[in-house]
Amino acid sequence: MSDKLLPEPPIEPERYEFAAGPAYHFETDRRDFFKLIGSGLLVACAWREAGAQQESGGGRRFGEGALPKDIQSWLHVGEDGRVTAFTGKVEVGQNIRTSLTQAVAEELCVAPSAIAIVMGDTQVVPFDMGTFGSRTTPVMNLQLRRVAAAARDVLIDRAAARWQVDRKRLVAVEGRVSDPETRRSATYAELVKGQQLTELLAAEDPLLPASAWRVAGQSLPKVDGRNFVTGKHRYPSDEHLPGMLYGRVVRPSAFNAVLVSADTSTAEKIPGVTVVRDAGFIGVAAPSSALATQAAAAIRAEWRAEPQPSDQEVFDYFKKNASANSEGGYQQGSVETALSSADHRLQQTYRVAYIAHAPLEPRAAVARWEDDRLTVWTGTQRPFGVRGELATAFHLREEQVRVLMPDTGSGYGGKHTGEAAIEAARLARATGHPVKVVWTREEEFTWAYFRPAGLIEVHSGVSKEGKLIAWDFHNYNSGSAGIRTYYDVPHQRIGFHPTPSPLRQGSYRGLAATANHFARECHMDELAHLAGKDPLEFRLRNLKDERLRAVFEEGAKNFGWGRGKSPGHGFGMGGGFEKLGYVATFAEVAVSAGSGEVKVVRVVTAFECGAIVNPDQLRNQVEGAVVMGLGGALFEAVGFANGRIANGRFASYRVPRFSDVPRLETVLVDRKDLPSAGAGECPIVGIAPAIGNAIFDATGVRLRSLPLIPNGSVKS
Amino acid sequence: MPNVTRLNVNGAVLSLDADPQQTLLSVLREVLDLTGTKYGCGEGVCGACTVLIDGAPRRSCLTPVGAVGEKRVTTIEGLASGETLHPLQQAFLDEGAMQCAYCTSGMIMSAAALLKAKANPTEAEIVHHMEGNICRCGTYPRIVAAVRRAAKTLQGAGR
Repeated sequence: MSDKLLPEPPIEPERYEFAAGPAYHFETDRRDFFKLIGSGLLVACAWREAGAQQESGGGRRFGEGALPKDIQSWLHVGEDGRVTAFTGKVEVGQNIRTSLTQAVAEELCVAPSAIAIVMGDTQVVPFDMGTFGSRTTPVMNLQLRRVAAAARDVLIDRAAARWQVDRKRLVAVEGRVSDPETRRSATYAELVKGQQLTELLAAEDPLLPASAWRVAGQSLPKVDGRNFVTGKHRYPSDEHLPGMLYGRVVRPSAFNAVLVSADTSTAEKIPGVTVVRDAGFIGVAAPSSALATQAAAAIRAEWRAEPQPSDQEVFDYFKKNASANSEGGYQQGSVETALSSADHRLQQTYRVAYIAHAPLEPRAAVARWEDDRLTVWTGTQRPFGVRGELATAFHLREEQVRVLMPDTGSGYGGKHTGEAAIEAARLARATGHPVKVVWTREEEFTWAYFRPAGLIEVHSGVSKEGKLIAWDFHNYNSGSAGIRTYYDVPHQRIGFHPTPSPLRQGSYRGLAATANHFARECHMDELAHLAGKDPLEFRLRNLKDERLRAVFEEGAKNFGWGRGKSPGHGFGMGGGFEKLGYVATFAEVAVSAGSGEVKVVRVVTAFECGAIVNPDQLRNQVEGAVVMGLGGALFEAVGFANGRIANGRFASYRVPRFSDVPRLETVLVDRKDLPSAGAGECPIVGIAPAIGNAIFDATGVRLRSLPLIPNGSVKS
Repeated sequence: MPNVTRLNVNGAVLSLDADPQQTLLSVLREVLDLTGTKYGCGEGVCGACTVLIDGAPRRSCLTPVGAVGEKRVTTIEGLASGETLHPLQQAFLDEGAMQCAYCTSGMIMSAAALLKAKANPTEAEIVHHMEGNICRCGTYPRIVAAVRRAAKTLQGAGR
């Protein structure tokens, strides 16, 4: 496979992927000031250091299009035979440590148990933008396969040279190169002795086709699962260093609040407590978390905040403040003309609430200074991004900062930023001790960022034969991911209209694709009923994309679309295309006649993402996306007014629990002829419209806002 | 109330010096460096901090260490017998019942309490008993399957 085949998939730039701005602007102290004015010299140093790093193969800045081309940046075969692979991608529960291990094992011909993967340590792994956009499987999995294949070929070459034989007759199996004719063999360990893999990647890699995979394509269990079921694994919040203190930050009274005054005298008198004030930052460090909490509570701070829009007002606010320009949009034909000639026209508005990622492990970091070098262990999906944030906050060169990312307690797009890292580092600098900051649940619910709320207006026209002819689709605030329609419409105008947001907002699993699919797939259902067509037939009539048709058809077959229903039950579907994956979700709901209470009883998801790398972990991702999507579909919503969160606790912000989960069935379509794509995001987009459409089917009540039933009933 | 100086954890009596008002969770994590027990909410509604106290499931984030007294605390670190995993730990691996696995300790400890009280729970009983434990990654059906599998193993072993 040549370089030009490295997939550069058609993913639109997503403005919200990095939208959450820097958390802190620290004042510059005198020492920092000298560093700044001396920056000419520092630039020279930085350049030299970058050059040196190139030689050592660590932490270099490459975009995805220019990944390092030498094997040793990515892979090390130890003289003990242990294989180590290096990647900037990080593990937050997608189980990519496992799937990447399979990729290396497959091409290098070693057992998975002989492989360790170093992830997200900015000092030793090649630069990586971050773990988002379902990019690990299509890009990093392929990259590590290429690297492993190149390494295997180099090892075969070395054996051939050593034995003076034609390389073609040698085979690589289980970590050794063998000559079947002479029965000679050498372990990889012997072949790298005194001679590391400094070679460059070949331009052409004879990668194994998926149909010939032996290790990839199998359901390898989580490679280090034992460490997790025994409590041994150290998450970022579990890190511990000698002499470490615990930090806590005094939070503003509301978003955008300005510090008026603060009395820290009581806290400062507590033995062992250090109070730090720097611009708008007030934090404490203490020998225990309990003492840090006590000290922070003893600080009397006065803040001034302006009135801000509430959750009730936000949709009007978006509309009033929308940018006149649209982004990420698309236009073809003449929507007005087509609408005027349509047999059926429909104009509807859909709303999506702000929701919280609520990763079970809140933001956490441990920071340590050694002179002017800063090391931070933290849970982030962007270790290099957080390195940059730290360098900016402390006026350092990036080379002075090392960020390490232990496998973390989930993210879902919610951990792109480094707030806890900066807070821990600020307190560590003031105290001269390592400092750990772990956010409380309330802090995570309030001071992280949210999935954007959105308002979506759709105006459409259909012919009497049930063909879409006009599609006018406008998204306010929530984003442009998944905004283009995959249905065939000759006349369309699609636009995303950015607006200011009263809440800090950012990435989330699937980004705005969930909002855009919700509006589109509910609207399609409404149009089908308007045109007197079956919702499945109506979709297929307007859909040419074979891969999407296939999942709709596969899902319908497994779900039993068209079969009889019990009284009070309803069927609905929603599907689409996102991040190179194709999904169709079918839901069955039961609505009780008296109370209007809704129970989702069964969900069938058909999913296709090319050649399957690990079927069981893929099922796990699909099921997880459906369960998470169920929360946003049914009841999750962030309440807020005047810059304050109303339900920032698990006791008041409801997330799916055991009893919420319907019977889940996952149908995987394995396309061994297509490149493997990621699966963390796409399967979340179909569940909300499927449930909304099923509720309509059961009751005739059309719900157009997410969450659909915040109080559990169609009657509330 | 005097400071807590002894705590029976995972079969050993450990010496320490802790304010009795401090939560058992923070003592386990910060003083004893037993970090398998997790913080998730601080108000007893997510289950990540679940430990067994004399065999009963307790939220260590709401339990003052002074209230433990002589009772036996079992954490995830004390569940296996040497290198042999507890059937629940093995079942979670066998069913792939985790993604990020941050909830796993609390899930396993809650389930351990259930299987002590009821050897062969129905699916509905498992769901009811585990309702206080959150898995944000959504692996609930796998966790239910793991608990059922472990129940079978334990019954087969005649325990």
